[in-house]
Order: sequence, then C-alpha cells, then structure tokens
Amino acid sequence: MNLPVIIKFVIDLLAVLLLALGIKGLSKVKSAREANRLAAFAMSLSVVGLLSYYLGTSGIAIQSWIWIIIGSIIGSLFGAILAKKVPMTSMPETVALFNGCGGMSSLLVALGVAIFPISNSVENLDFFKSLINEVSISVSIFVGAITFTGSIVAMAKLQGWLSTPGWTQSKVRHFVNIVFAVASLIAFFDLINGNTSSIWLLVIVSSLLGIGVTLPIGGADMPVVISLLNSYSGIAAAAAGFVVDSQLLIVAGAMVGAAGLILTQVMCKGMNRSLVSVLFGGSLSAQSTASSGSGEYTNITSCSVEECALTLEAANKVIIVPGYGLAVAQAQHTLREVTKKLEQNGIEVVYAIHPVAGRMPGHMNVLLAEADVPYEQLKEMDVVNPDFPATDVVLVLGANDVVNPQAKNDSSSPLYGMPVLDVQEARTVFVIKRGMSAGYSGIKNDLFDLPNTSMVFGDAKKVLNDLIGELKDLGVGEK
Amino acid sequence: MSFVSLLWVLLLGSLLGLELIGKVPPTLHTPLMSGANAISGITMLAALTLIVKAEGNIPLLIIGSVSLGFALFNVVGGFFVTDRMLAMFSRKPSNKK
Repeated sequence: MNLPVIIKFVIDLLAVLLLALGIKGLSKVKSAREANRLAAFAMSLSVVGLLSYYLGTSGIAIQSWIWIIIGSIIGSLFGAILAKKVPMTSMPETVALFNGCGGMSSLLVALGVAIFPISNSVENLDFFKSLINEVSISVSIFVGAITFTGSIVAMAKLQGWLSTPGWTQSKVRHFVNIVFAVASLIAFFDLINGNTSSIWLLVIVSSLLGIGVTLPIGGADMPVVISLLNSYSGIAAAAAGFVVDSQLLIVAGAMVGAAGLILTQVMCKGMNRSLVSVLFGGSLSAQSTASSGSGEYTNITSCSVEECALTLEAANKVIIVPGYGLAVAQAQHTLREVTKKLEQNGIEVVYAIHPVAGRMPGHMNVLLAEADVPYEQLKEMDVVNPDFPATDVVLVLGANDVVNPQAKNDSSSPLYGMPVLDVQEARTVFVIKRGMSAGYSGIKNDLFDLPNTSMVFGDAKKVLNDLIGELKDLGVGEK
Repeated sequence: MSFVSLLWVLLLGSLLGLELIGKVPPTLHTPLMSGANAISGITMLAALTLIVKAEGNIPLLIIGSVSLGFALFNVVGGFFVTDRMLAMFSRKPSNKK
C-alpha cells in the first residue's frame, strides 16, 4: 500500500463515519440541521479523497478537469437554484425530481462503462471480463432507469401535469408490466452472455417498467412511492459502487436503500396499507367507486364565518387539524394569526398531526414550523386522540381522509382500518373546505353528515382572513 | 477489493442504515427522506471515476460529465432543500426535543 491508497482509505473511513453520524443526527430535532451539514461535509470530503487519490497515482488529465468542472458547475447551480426557489408546498415533487436525477446518474455511469470499457485502469479491473461486473452494470442500469422514470412520473402526477389514465386501472396494466419485466430479464441475461447491444433494450424496457409501475398509483399513495424510489436510488448507487469498485459508494448507497425501506414501511403503517397493495392495487379512488357507492350526503350543515368565530370565542380548548388543502392555500401564516388571537384570549390551541396528513410524512410539521408554530403545540395522532372528547371546537383545514370515521365504522370502506383522528368526538367540528369534493382517496367523508359538524365553504386562506376580522370585532385577542 | 468483501460491505452498510434510521420522529421524516436522498447522490464519485479514467475518450467524458451534473444536482439541491426545511425547526427559541 502506498501513500495515496492509505490517505484515500482514511478519508473514506472518515466519510462513512460522518455520513452515519449525519443520518443519526437527522433523527433528532435538536441536532438535525448540524447533522445535515455534517453529511454535506462528508460528501465533499469524499470527493477530495477521490481526487487526491487520482492525483497521487495516475494523475488527472487537463481534459478530465475541464469536464469535471463543467458537470459540477451546471449540476450544482441548477440544484442550488431550484432548492432556493421551490415553495414549501412542492417539497414532495422536488424530492422526487432530485431522486430521479440520482438514479439517472447511476444509470449513465453504468452505461458509460458498458459502452466504453475502461482499459488499463489503476486497480487492474477487467471490465467485461468478469461476470460480476456485467451483473452490477445491468443492475445499476435497471434500478437507475426505474428510479429515473418512476420519479419523473411521480413528480408529474403530484404537480398535476399527469393524470391517471383509465386503462392503468384495469387488469391490463399487470399484463403490460409483466411484459416489460420479462423483457428486462431477457435483456439482462443477453447482456451477461456478452451481447452488448442488448444494453439499449435493457435501458428502454426498464424505463418503461418504471413508468408502467408508477403511473397507476393514486395520489394518496404517492409519498410511499417516492420513499420507495428514494430507496431504489440508494440501491442504484450501491450497484454503481460495484461497477467502479468503490466501497464508499456501496456503504452510502446501502444506507440510503435501508433508510428508504424503513420510511416506506412507516408510511404504509400510517395508512394501514401494505406495500403490495400500494404497488399493485392501483388507485384507491378506482376501488372505492366500485365497492362503496354510498356517495350521497344527506345531512350537510353549512355555517358562516361569523358563527364559527362566535363558537371559537366561547371555547376553552381548540384542536386544529391541518391537511394538504392548507398547504395548497398557503394559509399557514394566516392560521397562525388566528390561533395567536385565540391563545391571547386564554384558549388552549393544539395542532393534531396525522402521520400521513399532506403528501409526505412530516409535511404538516414543516408547513406549520414555517409559520412559527411552537413545536410543542404539534401533537401526534396517538397523543391527541384521547383529547377529542374534552375538546370544544375542532377546525379541520384542508384535511379529509384522515378525519373520516368510515375508517373505524364501515368495514366495506376502502379506508377501513386506517388510523384516523377522532374529531367527531369533539363538541363542535368546523370543516373549512372549498366545496363538497371528495378527498384524495375519492371517498365520501361520513364526518360531514354528522350533526355536530358544520361546513364553512371557501378557500382556507380567505376563510381564515375573514375569521381574523370576525374575531377582532368580537374583541378576541385584544387586551 | 474482492467481490466477496464488497458484498460484506454491502451487507454491513444495509444493517447500519436500518439501525441508524430505526428511530425517527414523524416530524423529521420529510427532511430525513430529503437528506438521505442527497446522500444517494454519492454516485457522483462513480461519475468522477469515469471522467478521470476516460483517457481522452470524448463520448465517455461527456457521459461522465452529464452523470456528474445529475448527481450534483441531486446532492447540492438535496442538502440545500433539507437545510431550508430544518431551518424552520431550529428557529424556534423553545425547542424541547
């Protein structure tokens, strides 16, 4: 072992250690921000380690430097700009996009190595001579392509650029995907047999498979898919690690792969769905129209903002249930103003956070944190559920499926078994909603029919603004 | 490194990941997903290797460079966006847990 090898070994070891500490730190609110920076530092350290290794051994040609600089500057610049500009509501799409690009990167590396076998490499790697390299190239391309197209489809669906085509809800999709999967397998073995040209077949069919698998999945299940694709991008990186013989890549890729799986599991649990039913069950709305057709509301009570304000003023304890609608309306700051007024009047205000409220776990926490809501006021479902019977008023803001009592009472409902917030136990429930449209699952919400539920129709932000006005008139929050 | 020892690395890395991420409050799931996603851009090292070993092969240099661009888009964007999210948590003066 010469000096550059030892240096790289030490730096890699340090980088792995810091990445592990970073991920661990990300699991605690107090240390999360530093941990994120630590991980970023570890990543830059790994680049320094690799470059110094090549400088100390084979050297790096000027030409290589030029292409390194071009690629880095363009990639970093676009990444930084997007990260700074994107609104908080679009976080899930953004993560999906970044994720897809990571997959694309692994795909391109494997493709490059496959098309242009690198000769007389430093570690004496005989690309294309060993079966292992062929396998890792194929896996890297396969997983990388699925990650890329899957993430892009997920992003497009969340952005509303892409709807769920009708045919994807029929059984045809299984047939189509099986064809793609079998074709990938054929290309895979053909490639290992030494038929290099089948690499293009592998790229094409695995890309199609990524689209075919993601396209039928309904919006409510999208976070699960993004998390799973996040796991895939880790696997793709690990496979690329086998391609270029880098332990660091394998460790980091494996860690991310494992992380994604755990998160996926957590999300599935929150929605009481198995991963299998998310992946192969199709969109929830398609099932519901078939099974529970009781779509008519019979007992809707709607009320004015003024009535809502009067009830709030008389309350002792108020629970806010935020959902995706709050994020869409960007009403978090207005909501914070309302709750500040209530608090100034001595009313206890708590936010009930369902594990899958919004489009991602923790989505609501991020949104409310942006509006300076104290962390202690955010209560998780299990903590807050026993409190509902002793609560005077519940404000449901843009949440729907997570407060649907059907999940508890109606065993024929597709939602049945999903843990929900028991808002109906409270004395009065106000649901602020634009219209009677169904939630993301497309299922009728029995809560709206209950006698203690009143609907306040309107855009969340506008209703909350009106509410501030009404509360002012009542003298709430002024000393 | 032999293939077998690389497999060991894969196995231990996976176990480490499972162990590290096992206990996270739901609040941090989005930032964690985004942070882990940034780390998956570690594939930038593979892209760098490709460029360094290209030896003047222009198509390979271009593929490597594009790959590096995609990876850094993921890494830089991912860390920035995670930081933006986490900044909102740490702004609070009374941060208990």
